[in-house]
Amino acid sequence: MVKKFFERFYVGFILFFLYAPIIILIILSFNSSKSRSKWGSFTFHWYKELFKNQSIMNALYTTLIIAFLSALIATLIGTAAAIAINSMKKTPRTIMIAITNIPMLNADIVTGISLMLLFVAMRYTLGFTSVLISHITFNIPYVILSVMPKLKQLNPHTFEAALDLGASPVYAFFKVIMPDIFPGVLTGFFLAFTMSLDDFVITHFTKGPEINTLSTKIYTEVRKGIKPEIYALSTLMFIAVLLLLVIINRRNADKKQPVRKI
Amino acid sequence: MRKYIGISVILILMALLAGCSKKDGEKVYVYNWGEYIDEETIKLFEKETGITVVYEEFEQNEDMYPKVQSGAVSYDVVCPSDYMIQKMIENDLLYEPNFDNIPNIKYIDKSYLESAEEYDPGNKYSVPYCWGTLGILYNTTMVDETIDSWGVLFDEKYSGEILMIDSVRDAFAIALQYLGYDLNSTNETELEEAKALLQKQYPLVQAYVVDQVRDKMIGGEAAIGVIYSGEAIYTSRENPDLEYVVPKEGSNVWIDGWVIPKNSKNKENAEAFINFMSKPEIALMNFDYITYSTPNSGAWELIEDEEIKNSPVAFPPQDVLDRCTAFRYLGEEMEATYIQKWNEVKGE
Amino acid sequence: MKISNLLNIKTPRSPIQKTGVNSLGIRNAKWLSFPYILWMAGFIIIPLIVILYYGMTTNDNNLTMDNIATILNPINLRALRLALELSIISTVICLLLAYPLALILDKSKMKSNSFIVMIIILPMWMNFLLRTIAWQNILERTGIINTVLKFFKLPMLNIINTPSAIILGMVYNFLPFMVLPIYNVLIKIDKDIVNAARDLGANSRQTFLKIILPLSLPGVISGITMVFVPSLTTFVISNILGGSKIVLIGNVIEQQFRIGNWHTGSGLSLVLMIFILISMAILSKYDKESEGSNLW
Repeated sequence: MVKKFFERFYVGFILFFLYAPIIILIILSFNSSKSRSKWGSFTFHWYKELFKNQSIMNALYTTLIIAFLSALIATLIGTAAAIAINSMKKTPRTIMIAITNIPMLNADIVTGISLMLLFVAMRYTLGFTSVLISHITFNIPYVILSVMPKLKQLNPHTFEAALDLGASPVYAFFKVIMPDIFPGVLTGFFLAFTMSLDDFVITHFTKGPEINTLSTKIYTEVRKGIKPEIYALSTLMFIAVLLLLVIINRRNADKKQPVRKI
Repeated sequence: MRKYIGISVILILMALLAGCSKKDGEKVYVYNWGEYIDEETIKLFEKETGITVVYEEFEQNEDMYPKVQSGAVSYDVVCPSDYMIQKMIENDLLYEPNFDNIPNIKYIDKSYLESAEEYDPGNKYSVPYCWGTLGILYNTTMVDETIDSWGVLFDEKYSGEILMIDSVRDAFAIALQYLGYDLNSTNETELEEAKALLQKQYPLVQAYVVDQVRDKMIGGEAAIGVIYSGEAIYTSRENPDLEYVVPKEGSNVWIDGWVIPKNSKNKENAEAFINFMSKPEIALMNFDYITYSTPNSGAWELIEDEEIKNSPVAFPPQDVLDRCTAFRYLGEEMEATYIQKWNEVKGE
Repeated sequence: MKISNLLNIKTPRSPIQKTGVNSLGIRNAKWLSFPYILWMAGFIIIPLIVILYYGMTTNDNNLTMDNIATILNPINLRALRLALELSIISTVICLLLAYPLALILDKSKMKSNSFIVMIIILPMWMNFLLRTIAWQNILERTGIINTVLKFFKLPMLNIINTPSAIILGMVYNFLPFMVLPIYNVLIKIDKDIVNAARDLGANSRQTFLKIILPLSLPGVISGITMVFVPSLTTFVISNILGGSKIVLIGNVIEQQFRIGNWHTGSGLSLVLMIFILISMAILSKYDKESEGSNLW
């Protein structure tokens, strides 16, 4: 009994640790004072201001579009690559997986800097495309590593059977293989989306003056004091994702299906 | 089902791409200090001229220089401080604007143009935007004495209460002047002495900051901070207990000016931008918003609040200015020495 | 290794795989990997070569080892040592916090483990810079903890702008990356093995040491990697919570690039990279499960 209580307490403690800063940020979004270190009074003012603030909305838009495009392109390239790697012999497969691991092991700062040096060396103007390329680069591995296990579980004979029955390879692929690996592809996409959304360091080094993502926007504001609209925006995003996850969780629980991880 | 997903993905993608393609009109790339302009004025400029402003911020002169020099991005208007303008002129990075396109320079007070001659002889490259002094901001509820010397920054009594400035030249200027030396010193023993003083200060310092000093002083995190005069008006507005002083040992007086880099691709737009920012009404808007002293006499005359118009913080009396010195560019080698010594202080 | 454990995707290989037959039966599937190979060559391999080039040359394109040798500068050496100390301490703290948590979560009757994963990953949807700034609000002298302490007339907690604050920031930011891999490995341990050990008379301590701990090692190693690498190289956490008083190797590299010393910065990045590779190589010795399919 004591043990049980202790365990509950421990989980509670860790969750409190993880969520305390988030509670603070949510509280700050209702603070009428502009300064982080002074409490004015309770207000919804910043939520109204938020939608009028062009530069924050632009940053949000850039962030979402980069997250979406990079996740999408990474999913296409990564899924194709995973299928190819899966059909390779042991040695090339080992090499390919080793390369896939490089961006994961490399420090963000080194990946970001090396990409920046490349763009500058090629006289390529830093901007939207350079950030997008960088995000795709660090996203592909997440997709590959999500799709690979699903491929390994596939029964190869269904695909061959489809071919024998006269399906074209493309048709057979979409009818036979795709449905089975789709959960993995989806996981990869969402993981890539999240990683892109949260990235600061790589964007910091590869961006040009014309664009700001939320991360880089916040970083410039860290020094002068964060605009309270940012707290409001983050609160909205957080609550949106929270609701989404709760709904998905409900639905899955209702269906009593085995729940997919992440 | 999957078909619908596919179609909707394509639709979303198309919508996003359509939204993403920007109007390829006239542009001007501005590279300025953080929070150093009233964003309204940018909107007014865009409305009046139809030129789109691409705006980016830097925190220190030293961060700005390599970005302009490397040419990875070609900025059209940059706003460095005096000594950095001198360095850029010496390294042939600046373009000589056509002042026929900047008639509003006539609103810039003669005395500031004269001071600007020190780093920009003949006023050929730059148009002053803001100016100010470096000084101490202290919280009167946390400090009993009247502060008038840099000495408090090195006083053990205030251990943990000091916010030191995280900028090479400014930090060394403080130490050098406290020791009675010139803030443009290139003398190795003087610099070593200054470094030793700063190293002794390290354990007393709560944090090294530039822009963050604002929030921290307002919140009462520390008793004493080093700050640019322009911030002092804002901070005392937010927290009336804060007092600004230019120490008796003397300090740094600086001017930040608009310049156009040589690799700029929109030089005429840049000139239009500088001209617009030198308009008295616009300069006044910026002064009201960022509270940094304006060299624009036209704007000064428009200030309605007498208290601010005669504020000793924003427009210090002559005797204060007399004990202030401007930075000079000391050459590449000396610059590296300063940075090296500063790293030795902070790498404690 | 690291990601696969995070995702909980170490599935048992299908029997077909073992026979060595091409598992999909797609002939000529190789061309599907061409975009990927091109992409990786262009944006992973070539950038690394560029950084190597910058790291080993001077402004005038002469070959030099000076950039790499700047790591021997006492300031940089101290920054590297401090970064190492802080990241090792945070990794250990993360491990000590995460392992019991993962054990408890594994034991809990909660059927939907996606719910647990979600609860731990959810904070990541608030930008990590903001979360770190929030810690400033909590730890500051006029912050929440100290206001509470003051109210109860307790001594102040002065850890903002000290290495302790940075360690706290690292632990906070990277804890989920330690919990998830360990949890994902634990839930896959066959409970029959544990029961068998019990039936054969092992007490709970023995079961843990002889069965659970060894089997969870791959997750532990993934976790260590995913906490250690970002901690070692961070410059943001030390900036925000260290008040620029504490200089880590990440700060040094970032500063070099900020003031335009790309060659020195690249040289130091190379050193850092080699450092990480060596650490990972040592660690991977303990990761017996990876059977070569994961390089490190």
